[in-house]
Amino acid sequence: MNPQAIGKPLTRIDGRAKVTGAARYAAEFNQPNQAYAVIVSSTIGLGRITGIDPAAEHLPGVLAIISHLNAPRLPYNPHKGGIDPSYGERLHVLQDDQVRFYGQPVALVVADTLVRAERAAAALRITYDAQHPIVGPRDKQAKPIAPEADGRLEADNVRGDPEAALASAAVAVDITSDIARQNHHPMEPHATIAAWDGDRLTLWSKSQFVANEQEEIAAVFGMAPENVQVICPFVGGAFGTSLRTWPHVTLAALAARQVGRPVKLALTRRQMSFTTGHRPRTLQRMALGATRDGRLTSIIHEGTGETSRYEQFIESLTSGTDFMYSCPNVRTRYRLVPLDTGTPTYMRGPGEASGMYALETALDELAYKLGIDPIELRRRNEPRIDESTNRPFSSRSLMACYDIGAERFGWAKRTPEPQSMRDGRLLIGMGTATATYPAMQFPASARARLLADGTAEIESAASDMGPGTYTSMTQVAADTLGIPVGRVRFSLGNSDFPPAPPHGGSQTMAAVGSAIRAACLAVQDLLVERAAANPRSPAHNMGKEALEWVDGHLRRKGGAASGQSYAEIVGAAGGVPVEATVSVARDPEIDNKYSMHAFGAVFVEVSVDPDVGIARVRRALGAYGAGRIVNPRLARSQCLGGMIGGIGMALMEHTSLDARDGRPVNAHMAEYLLPVNLDIPDLDVLFVDEVDPHVNPLGVKGLGEVSLVGMAPAIANAVFHATGRRIHELPIRIEHLLGV
Amino acid sequence: MSTDAEHTGSQGRSDPPARVTRRAALQTAASAVAFATAPASNAQQTGPTTSAAAEGSTIRLIVNGQPRTLSVDPRQSILDILRETLDLTGTKKGCNAGACGACTVLLNGQRINSCLALAAMHDGAEITTIEGLAKGDDLHPLQQAFIERDGLQCGYCTPGQIMSGVACISEGHAGSVQEIKAWMSGNICRCGAYAGIVEAISDVAKGGKL
Ligand code: FES
Ligand code: FES
Repeated sequence: MNPQAIGKPLTRIDGRAKVTGAARYAAEFNQPNQAYAVIVSSTIGLGRITGIDPAAEHLPGVLAIISHLNAPRLPYNPHKGGIDPSYGERLHVLQDDQVRFYGQPVALVVADTLVRAERAAAALRITYDAQHPIVGPRDKQAKPIAPEADGRLEADNVRGDPEAALASAAVAVDITSDIARQNHHPMEPHATIAAWDGDRLTLWSKSQFVANEQEEIAAVFGMAPENVQVICPFVGGAFGTSLRTWPHVTLAALAARQVGRPVKLALTRRQMSFTTGHRPRTLQRMALGATRDGRLTSIIHEGTGETSRYEQFIESLTSGTDFMYSCPNVRTRYRLVPLDTGTPTYMRGPGEASGMYALETALDELAYKLGIDPIELRRRNEPRIDESTNRPFSSRSLMACYDIGAERFGWAKRTPEPQSMRDGRLLIGMGTATATYPAMQFPASARARLLADGTAEIESAASDMGPGTYTSMTQVAADTLGIPVGRVRFSLGNSDFPPAPPHGGSQTMAAVGSAIRAACLAVQDLLVERAAANPRSPAHNMGKEALEWVDGHLRRKGGAASGQSYAEIVGAAGGVPVEATVSVARDPEIDNKYSMHAFGAVFVEVSVDPDVGIARVRRALGAYGAGRIVNPRLARSQCLGGMIGGIGMALMEHTSLDARDGRPVNAHMAEYLLPVNLDIPDLDVLFVDEVDPHVNPLGVKGLGEVSLVGMAPAIANAVFHATGRRIHELPIRIEHLLGV
Repeated sequence: MSTDAEHTGSQGRSDPPARVTRRAALQTAASAVAFATAPASNAQQTGPTTSAAAEGSTIRLIVNGQPRTLSVDPRQSILDILRETLDLTGTKKGCNAGACGACTVLLNGQRINSCLALAAMHDGAEITTIEGLAKGDDLHPLQQAFIERDGLQCGYCTPGQIMSGVACISEGHAGSVQEIKAWMSGNICRCGAYAGIVEAISDVAKGGKL
């Protein structure tokens, strides 16, 4: 492969569609004769429904009011997608009178127009027998449990004797943290349009994982998966909330079947706060022991995340701690607290975003106790291998990230003493932290098709929620085939395409990119066969070994002739397109041989106004070692987005529940604070030139998650530097900083 | 408009003038929840007392230069008319409550949150949406600048950002990076494409091409 497109900062291929309003998102595939459904959400946090007044049925335009009283019993056949909690069972919507959490869908109103459906939904009277839900992990009645073993994560990992090592450590820190529940709040609300044609169902539905949505809905309705098609060419942000298939998709399909018309169902912003997952609130303890010269002798990380009563959502909260630094004595422990809430789900940087907060703020604290520069402390504990598995890293550029980051950021200008830097009345602080996220690669498949005009069509049921999948995959296909990107058309977001893994976990480039590369190579092989079979072709009767592809032309190896183009080979055989569909999985040997992660070093400067306790990020820099960067323009954007997500996590985002009934009291975009334009200062992104020959054939590690991880601890460390106050809660709020 | 019955009361402004309509950008999570709404009760909704007679007044709008005569329900927002009646889905619904800017359009040349504007109150108005910005195949300079500066990721906030950006420039609020940021803070981008958004607006404002 001769990279012409890979590594180039191409603008987005779908940019024109997005800036003209032509890109259609799920709710925008309006269907003829479409009706509208609106979910009625429970207004109690636990209990049962005692009555539904049918009077709203007579409001103008109402076609149906569906509740557990009249909804058909759905088969709900067993189905677990890779992103579903492996223990527990998903919510069976409208199948009984039980209310398990505040906001659970309890009825569905279907009407001929949206405004009439909204009106009738607001008018629907529901009575309940309410009980008191337990919604806080600190509630006395909340009981932690060990997650059921499921083969994906181990709850407890130990090496050495961390307790004894901590007790005898020359220097120790032992700190706790409490990180708030967050909601993804992508700008596009969840939405589904469902249309039946006999027993075939089409869903235009917001999804990061159309292949799973197809299977899940087939299981819920007891249908053959081939009778369900899920279409989603554009995803208006998701950050994890559209990985699973939530109850509204079932409700849209159910409503469409009940009224015999296509039905559109979009969640309200408020409903986005309770039915479609959240980053679980976590409580953590991090204890570190070290020698006087700063070598870690003990790490104890105990983390607890909230989950629902009906499913055990687990994330890699403590995984980063296992391998990040060199230390002979390490214990990590992970627990869950089941609560009367909906099930949490993956949110950008799941696990690591919260877990690395605990590790990196504790390390900062240790640096102060030791009087060692925080970067130097990390350098002294840089491991040669992954000590949790004794495997080498496929590549690890953490120290290179710190070096180039510190240089560009001007870390040397920092005076270490807390409260030692000022700008007028403002306290200035600089903080740093490590970021990491595993370089995953789930099995993926793709189809490549060469047409008689010499252009290529590539298909995979992948997704593009913003990183630029359309563009980067086109670059991979163009370079593999040796043709300009303008001759490649890549389509995604359709369950009829070869299945792709969830568009999450920073693995789309690795997984889908590898599949596309393989599909392109496979189609080249088919074309070689065609040419070899053609008596008029210069490649007639020649084997693959004797031929080579150069810039989209097949020629004799080392030959001087320009060879045959795709159009010529396809055309010579009557113009019938040639296609290949290929599935690619990572060689399990690679997983056994290497520890594979992206790394980053994050630097932040904050100001704290001592009079009003407001912390602001003044500038920040992220330096990342994440393998090959396929498109620097898009990669920079993705990293900026992750860093901004981290600013939200550190200083703003908090879904606050009313302890009386579990109601999110800030289920609104004006009250769930998110970074706006004026909140975001100059942010800088650097990439280490990292070549990883092991991780996958493209050498990519992914950026979506690692760019969020590390930001929150770097901000908290900067706030400590500015104020001398170690904040143990996120988000850091005014009340934490008053009186500094 | 909104089914979020607990919240419509506090967000019921329509036609905000062209200014920053969201909270001043406060970079902190100041106890965001203190003034939230009354506790939920089991029967908080009002009873079913609509009158069919209230439905169906006729208005005229000029949308992207095209005159349209529409029969509208008095509760319908311009946003819902655009998306559901006219199938002009370029204008996005993010919050339906005036807090995100995704629904920004130009109404008689001024940017508004179309989710807060009742269609029935704007008989005769001229509306420009993202679909009406390009001249045939020629993108508006700000559309082009968004592509070049990568002022977008998922693209869902993008039509609102661009309409708001066009107004930001024509209002004379694009004189500096800081000014652009302030006057664009009513348009949330959850993907965090702010740098490219500011660069794009700044480029066009400097180039004087509008
Ligand atoms: S949809 Fe109108 S401001 Fe959010
Ligand atoms: S581009 Fe996704 S919200 Fe702005």
